[in-house]
Amino acid sequence: MTAAKLVTLSARSIFRNKMRSLLTSLGIIIGVCSVIVMVAVGQGSQEQVKRQIAAMGTNLIMVMPPRGPQQGNRLTTADVKKIREESSYISAVSGVSRGSVTVVGGEGAGEEANWSTTFYGVEPDYLLIKQWEVASGEFFADKDNAARSKVAVLGTTVAAKLFGSEDPVGQRLRIGSQPFTVVGVLASKGSSAMGDDQDDVVMVPLDTAINRLSRGRYMGSIEMSAVKEEYMDAAQAEITTILREAHRLAEGATADFDVMNQSQIIETASATSKTLTTLLAAIAGVSLVVGGIGIMNIMLVSVTERTREIGIRMSVGARRRDILLQFLSESVILSLLGGVAGILLALAIAAALDKLAGVPALVQPGVIAVSAAFAAAVGIFFGFYPARKAADLYPIDALRYE
Amino acid sequence: MAIIEMSGIKRHYQVGEVLVRAIRGLELSVESGEFVSVMGPSGSGKSTLMNILGCLDKPTEGSYVLDGIDTRAAGPDEFADIRNQKIGFVFQGFNLLARTSALENVELPLFYRREGGPGRGGRGRKGEQLERARKALEEVGLGGRLDHKPSQLSGGQQQRVAIARAMVADPAFILADEPTGNLDSEMTLEVMSLFQELNERGKTIVMVTHEPEVAAYTKRVVTMRDGAIVSDRPVAERRRAAEDLRAWQAEHASLSGVKDEARAS
Ligand SMILES: Nc1ncnc2c1ncn2[C@@H]1O[C@H](COP(=O)(O)OP(=O)(O)O)[C@@H](O)[C@H]1O
Ligand SMILES: [Mg+2]
Repeated sequence: MTAAKLVTLSARSIFRNKMRSLLTSLGIIIGVCSVIVMVAVGQGSQEQVKRQIAAMGTNLIMVMPPRGPQQGNRLTTADVKKIREESSYISAVSGVSRGSVTVVGGEGAGEEANWSTTFYGVEPDYLLIKQWEVASGEFFADKDNAARSKVAVLGTTVAAKLFGSEDPVGQRLRIGSQPFTVVGVLASKGSSAMGDDQDDVVMVPLDTAINRLSRGRYMGSIEMSAVKEEYMDAAQAEITTILREAHRLAEGATADFDVMNQSQIIETASATSKTLTTLLAAIAGVSLVVGGIGIMNIMLVSVTERTREIGIRMSVGARRRDILLQFLSESVILSLLGGVAGILLALAIAAALDKLAGVPALVQPGVIAVSAAFAAAVGIFFGFYPARKAADLYPIDALRYE
Repeated sequence: MAIIEMSGIKRHYQVGEVLVRAIRGLELSVESGEFVSVMGPSGSGKSTLMNILGCLDKPTEGSYVLDGIDTRAAGPDEFADIRNQKIGFVFQGFNLLARTSALENVELPLFYRREGGPGRGGRGRKGEQLERARKALEEVGLGGRLDHKPSQLSGGQQQRVAIARAMVADPAFILADEPTGNLDSEMTLEVMSLFQELNERGKTIVMVTHEPEVAAYTKRVVTMRDGAIVSDRPVAERRRAAEDLRAWQAEHASLSGVKDEARAS
């Protein structure tokens, strides 16, 4: 018997019982569909986390005040200066002083707008470190920092809240009670992996922030980029040495700062979501196996129902292998059809999640191939026993079966 | 030349504690071109014999040489191939595939034809197979019913489809186990005249029947009792089924003619 004949034969018996075939492959449809959707959602969010981390800069190193009830924040602009001068592994460094503030703008338009946001006092290097881009106008320069100029660069959210569709560049606004001039608008970054709006910021020169907005000597953090990802460890060690020296810490004394590596945080984040993806796929995989059992069940019924047919086929010369292949190909085709339907359904659901529900879903071709192969494997595995049962029938018993 | 050569055939069934001796030491030889009927009371082992003759079952003991092939050494696959190439079956219950057209039912043995089979080598192409199946159906007078499903055919027509299927692969002989058992007298005559026609064209036929009138259309009657052959003799007064069929139809026509007249008046 040729493969073409085999497929025709199986397809015919599948389409003869359309309703039953549909119900039988429903298990596979749901199984394949949920595997793909689960993996798509998992990989989609993983991809999103990775993208955002890349957007933050994978070379990022942060120095922060120690967590816990140790002595207060002691990070100063002098620390930043020392790092900039002495470090060999750091390509960009910026002190960061941030806080909540209310901004008021739109005075020129006659109608005032209030907005609560976060100000970031930073140095120009901060753009490089966090991979921000300026969409219009320009970022402030080192001289603005030195002069404590009252200039601000707005995130798109703040720009929209205060100025609507107007171009904010050159406009004036108040940050707290201080008047500032807008010199630029940042390109939008969207929401972060944690879901907060990264564009809801106002950036001002670091010294301006320290002296006019925070009114404290110390900064919240120092952020910097290592020259290369490979040098992260060396860079961290070096920063630690430089800061201990700057803070005149004795040998063995507890540091009054923490040096943290952003890529470590990223790794844990993506490892967690990877584990989650695998777990979800495994759960969905179980439903595929249940679908396979459904196929086995129906095939066993079918073999019993068609015992007479099997006997007839044997009496005219079908070998055991012919019978085996006939039933096996039926279950494989059934599960493959279910697999294809499941894939199409999954693509539709993934697209709907992505477009309509805003859940990132990424269907990769590999996943489709694997689940199609898995569906076929389920067909073979669960179809084999019933097919064997059919092939092992003794011709006269099968012929006499009522 | 002997097509069937059986000697010392025994077939025992173990049913629980009991050993049923369905066939106990049987000798049978059938030459090419014979038309044999096997008779005997129910339970005498006729079907068991047919199953062994048809390579659907193996004897417990004894040797069976079929068209020069010693079947003792054959495994399930060889048995399947022998059934495919050497034997055509006709059963009491027709055994056609339901929901499958007459044409495809007849084509079925060709479907399982293997490369290098005796007679015609290789698998026929689809078109060629269909053509052969169509011709076989025409020969049994069903050229106009190719696409009919078994449920759309009368018993006699179904049995003729089965006969077409038995012939289509040009087997060495045809085995029929009570082929007329489920048929009325007209259909019985149809089937028997078909068998006689086939036999006249050289086909060897072995047929089980418990009706002496049916056996009278064959050439040789083998009678079984308790799993052994008790008599084996040629048919003295052989009848011609085609003639009997014509006579029957003439009678039937005049009868229905009377009825028609009665209805008309
Ligand atoms: N599969 C079987 N298992 C047990 N006994 C069987 C089987 N087939 C037939 N027999 C027994 O063998 C004997 C002959 O049966 P069978 O060949 O069918 O007779 P016939 O066809 O002449 O009526 C009977 O006694 C029957 O009960
Ligand atoms: Mg019988």
